[in-house]
Amino acid sequence: MASIFVVSAERFIPLFPRLACQGVLLGCHPCFRLNMFSKGTKRKFSDGDEEISDESLVGARVASSYSLQRQSLLDMSLIKLQLCHMLVEPNLCRSVLIANTVRQIQEEMTHDGSWHMVAEAFCSAGQSPSERLVATEVLCRSREQDAEPKLFSVISYEGCREEEVVADETLCSVSVSDTVSNVCLAGRIGQCWEKSELSGVERDEEALEDSRLGSGEDEEIDTKDRASTESPKTIGQVFGTFEIKNGSPGPDSALEELFSDVDTSYYDLDTMLTGMQSAPKMGPYDILDSLAPSHSSPSIVSTPNCRSDLNELDHIMEIIVGS
Amino acid sequence: MGEDSESPKINHSFLRDYVTEADVISTVEFNQTGDLLATGDKGGRVVIFQRETESKGESEELGESGEYNVYSTFQSHEPDFDYLKSLEIEEKINKIRWLPQQNAAHFLLSTNDKTIKLWKVSERDKRPEGYNLKDEEGRIKDISTVTSLRVPVLKPTDLMVEVRPRRIFANGHTYHVNSISVNSDGETYLSADDLRINMWHLDITDRSFNIVDIKPANMEDLTEVITAAEFHPHHCQLFVYSSSKGTLRLCDMRESALCDKHSKIFEEPEDPGNRSFFSEIISSVSDVKFSHSGRYLLTRDYLTVKVWDLNMEKGPVETYQVHEYLRSKLCSLYENDCIFDKFECVWNSTDSVIMTGAYNSFFRMFDRETGRGVTLEAWRENSKPRAVLRTRRVYTGGRRRRGDVGVDSLDFTKKILHMAWHPAENIIAIATCNRVMQ
Repeated sequence: MASIFVVSAERFIPLFPRLACQGVLLGCHPCFRLNMFSKGTKRKFSDGDEEISDESLVGARVASSYSLQRQSLLDMSLIKLQLCHMLVEPNLCRSVLIANTVRQIQEEMTHDGSWHMVAEAFCSAGQSPSERLVATEVLCRSREQDAEPKLFSVISYEGCREEEVVADETLCSVSVSDTVSNVCLAGRIGQCWEKSELSGVERDEEALEDSRLGSGEDEEIDTKDRASTESPKTIGQVFGTFEIKNGSPGPDSALEELFSDVDTSYYDLDTMLTGMQSAPKMGPYDILDSLAPSHSSPSIVSTPNCRSDLNELDHIMEIIVGS
Repeated sequence: MGEDSESPKINHSFLRDYVTEADVISTVEFNQTGDLLATGDKGGRVVIFQRETESKGESEELGESGEYNVYSTFQSHEPDFDYLKSLEIEEKINKIRWLPQQNAAHFLLSTNDKTIKLWKVSERDKRPEGYNLKDEEGRIKDISTVTSLRVPVLKPTDLMVEVRPRRIFANGHTYHVNSISVNSDGETYLSADDLRINMWHLDITDRSFNIVDIKPANMEDLTEVITAAEFHPHHCQLFVYSSSKGTLRLCDMRESALCDKHSKIFEEPEDPGNRSFFSEIISSVSDVKFSHSGRYLLTRDYLTVKVWDLNMEKGPVETYQVHEYLRSKLCSLYENDCIFDKFECVWNSTDSVIMTGAYNSFFRMFDRETGRGVTLEAWRENSKPRAVLRTRRVYTGGRRRRGDVGVDSLDFTKKILHMAWHPAENIIAIATCNRVMQ
């Protein structure tokens, strides 16, 4: 119950000398970043399967574990930002802090050369990290192959907006089937990420296979013209690194797209952060509805290279997205 | 448990049997003499408690003081709706500040997210009786029945406390007001929201003066917000504001009209050993308070309280760990949003002890002279008046004592966010609130 508790504090002060030095706080063991995540998050570690034959793999595992954790933190942050649209104006301080965390992660991923990890992912197809990270139930993931595609969900926000054609059938078919089996209410949001993963995978595969930079043959969602701002933003760097096809979107376009409403006339962070929307408030489940493909098929058709492999997959994707 | 006697002094008989979310207390404040204690809650109500003066000699010997009983209750703010943005405006009282008393009436400022109100609290214990033309109930008398004239006299009646809104300072803020602070000049006060700080004159409601504006031209560039602000207790031109990046800025209004450029900035360099993705979030300052002397600043961030000397900008002079055992839990605290909790901190009357809240109904006190800290629990269940508050310990390793609480069994819904310390005596007011389903 809510209550006011008024006490006389006089007696507290003489107590101080009688306290043992240990008092309240014992030394905190140095927490490097892995430990930071090692408690409290819902995760499954399945160490049993993998045999570590190569010592270098251990290092790679540690690194990939860290990147998994970082990825899950990023996903969690983005979800938090998305769910900000409530009846009451969202807490600006909280939104700014979360947004800064997102920027920090993406900056680090750029500098870390996540690109390198991505390349690795495709080169060593058989590698499946034993450590798995399921950050929150919302994401509803339980597949091991998520490790690599997860890295893409960061950068391919556009995928959330439209139905995406998928490139790698092997990768995606597994994902798709698992998604279907893991459907739950909250998991619908996870499907949004699902699509973005797949689209990201597709893009990257294209870049790898075709060795083309910004081929420009597909026009992704970039239905709006973004004037790039001069100050180099980390999001822009990430985009530049992965050479996303849709030219050079504005440095913050990914972040903005995520933040902005379905109503494509609102793009800036201001809109999100101040909760100013002309559209009626969206609940968390409305987000998914808004993600249903609202764009015409030309954007989907725009990846001719992959089309031939994807008819079946495309069909499944349509079912999931629920068009 | 009997050697010391602490006591919860509130008479709660007025509370209803059921408690709702609207009853959650959101702010606590003593007035300048400590005789009155105001609390604001989520439902927009303000409850004022008054200290009963005990004239009995024996209570003085024990060193105890009078109880606080309900003095007045009034609805300060109502839920509102911003039609332009299609957003609700909460009626939750964010802050209450008393004005220095100038006459028999008391004045306080209360604010929700958008609107600040000045309330006059006055007592009435007399009323005129013996009117010639009206009878006791106020009905007009028949002239023919009046046979003689008399002078109305004031007769004592039961004490009535009247609370009236005297000023309403509206439409000054686009963002959520987080702090108000009355100036030592007695005429002005400041109100701070996430991006701006305004200065108002207590008598003027249709204008306010913007003294700090950190809103970037492009909102996408926004990375820092204002979290708290306060005027200096003695120098009417100085005020301080804290940010979500852990910086404090001292501003002098004599330097320029718009104090975007600070006079001093207090910032502690980041400890590279403790760096993580949460470093910035936990460095965000949730509360800032000047010491009574005006020489020091007290700040609270997520894991520590720090004392700063106004003369030294490069770092705090004292740092106290509030709950360092949570450092390894930051990820899950981020997940459940607890990492964004805003704890308040307070000085005692002599600036020798500082206090702040924590989780599990614990709160912490630090003696600045010895540097020692103690954990205490605020609980009302079965607490007799003048019962001792238990010293608690959170078990983080080593030998476990009976009564120690493990870190994993801390209840993060029981958080002590709001508190106040009597300006002269060692009496503290702590708001405890559990989440209760209606």
